[in-house]
Amino acid sequence: MNEFLTHYAFLIIPIVKIAILVFIVLTVDAYLTWIERKVIAHIQARWGPHRVGPHGLLQPLADGVKFIFKEDPLPASVDKVAYFLAPFITLMLALTSLAVIPFGPQHFTVFGYETGISIAEVNISLLVLFAITALSVYGVALAGWASNSKYSLLGGLRSSAQMVSYELALTLSVVGVLLIAGDFSLRTIVVQQGVKGNGLLSWNIFPQIIGFICFFIAAIAETNRVPFDLPEAESELVAGFHTEYASMKFAMFFIAEYTSMITVSCLATILFFGGWLSPFPASWAFTQYLPSVLLIPFGLWVIFDGIRYENLFGRMVLPVVGAVMAAIGFGLIVFPVVNDAIQGIFWFLAKVFTFLFVYIWMRGTLPRFRYDQLMSFGWKFLLPVSIANVVLTSVVILWRMH
Amino acid sequence: MTAPLVIFFVLAAVAVFGAISLIVQKHPIHSALSLILVMVALAGLYLLMGAEFVAAVQIIVYGGAIMVLFIFVIMLLNAGEEERTNFSKLAMYAGVPLAVAMTGLIAAAIVGSNAAMPARAPETLTSTRQLSTLLFQEFVYPFELTSFLILVAILGAIVLAQREN
Repeated sequence: MNEFLTHYAFLIIPIVKIAILVFIVLTVDAYLTWIERKVIAHIQARWGPHRVGPHGLLQPLADGVKFIFKEDPLPASVDKVAYFLAPFITLMLALTSLAVIPFGPQHFTVFGYETGISIAEVNISLLVLFAITALSVYGVALAGWASNSKYSLLGGLRSSAQMVSYELALTLSVVGVLLIAGDFSLRTIVVQQGVKGNGLLSWNIFPQIIGFICFFIAAIAETNRVPFDLPEAESELVAGFHTEYASMKFAMFFIAEYTSMITVSCLATILFFGGWLSPFPASWAFTQYLPSVLLIPFGLWVIFDGIRYENLFGRMVLPVVGAVMAAIGFGLIVFPVVNDAIQGIFWFLAKVFTFLFVYIWMRGTLPRFRYDQLMSFGWKFLLPVSIANVVLTSVVILWRMH
Repeated sequence: MTAPLVIFFVLAAVAVFGAISLIVQKHPIHSALSLILVMVALAGLYLLMGAEFVAAVQIIVYGGAIMVLFIFVIMLLNAGEEERTNFSKLAMYAGVPLAVAMTGLIAAAIVGSNAAMPARAPETLTSTRQLSTLLFQEFVYPFELTSFLILVAILGAIVLAQREN
């Protein structure tokens, strides 16, 4: 058995890692919908999901069950191949793009096979990501075309035009980072931001603030989120490209959208915000207790909130959840080895969730673009600014060289 | 059979299947989708040869940009299924023998070549840094000439579009 594992480790370990990552990502996707509904509800002075489980925490589960058991009608005279292919392409590409993201600094050896906290370490990982993004237009475009409905067709057309336009700005906006790093590998880009060791100040965001703004705007447009969600503008197009999709096929579009939000947040974190690096200088050793300092009070607050919750189920579940969180917090202080090991992942996830919160915050705040505004903004503002950023960065780098 | 050889045959089969499907399909969108399949399979073949950069560019430029434009235009014009016409006499008497001759020629060339094909591109070409040095120093004039050609084509397209108004 052990010999078998050692021999086929190159095959087995990636498969196990893929299974773990897909499980985590799908769970995060589900809870992202809960967070989104809660945050938007509170922005609009509502309660949000509140019925299923304490604070509506089991709502994603109920949604999942509903998606599986709903009827899945096939609209009349659709193009069957493309109609079935579209949600699969969309979800597959969204999940594939996560494969090249490095989530943490560690390398470890299992059964004589060295591996890191990512599925694939490619030395052109950024290009691979852009290649997958380039293909993801097809899912939406095909869904719109195959549904045999004018709303879907308009949504699909809008989306392909929008994604093609903003892909240029997206690609050009990261060229500045590439010029600074001199490498396509996401791991190298992160490592280079930590070379100077003065934390926050050596991240790429400071020399590349223009690049970051262009990148983030273009990335929101690529993921079809508010204020760029014209492909599914419900006031004009019912639901855009996924009007004719129901049940699990609709859920696949939904999961793909949230997964690409996660990918884009990871990418913004890696390229501009130092990936898994701590924002504090290396000499501030006490900041490594931050995860515990955050977890313990939050756990205690959940216990305090739980014991006076309105129904019995919540009074039983919430204190246990809070106690587990506080215990993990104390455990991290007691076992410094574990605490050191999770530092990278803690900072990475903290940054990614900040970006995801900004995504949701914008959805609660900003109105949608008009279509001509969208196009003129992309071509006449975003593209020239990102080209100017490339020229500016190259000039500064040349200046420093001489 | 070694693993790279298996992957090569799978990718080659996918590429050939896509290419045949491209011709046989009646609907333009299905043909375009088959062409995308060919592009992605070719990118996989480049990857197998160790040319990672070329593979990524193949997908970004051909699979992404160009084919999206194809699909976009087909969707915009809402092109329907094409009708089959009678088999052309010229294709019958000139096309089929020519196709057979071409296949035979290529097969003969492959069988006749004694030297084993290098499985990987030389290491110097795989690095993106070296590729760009080559492109912007040794081949800078052809490169600039190509971009000038593309610029002319863009200007031509704008002129053609403006003439209608």
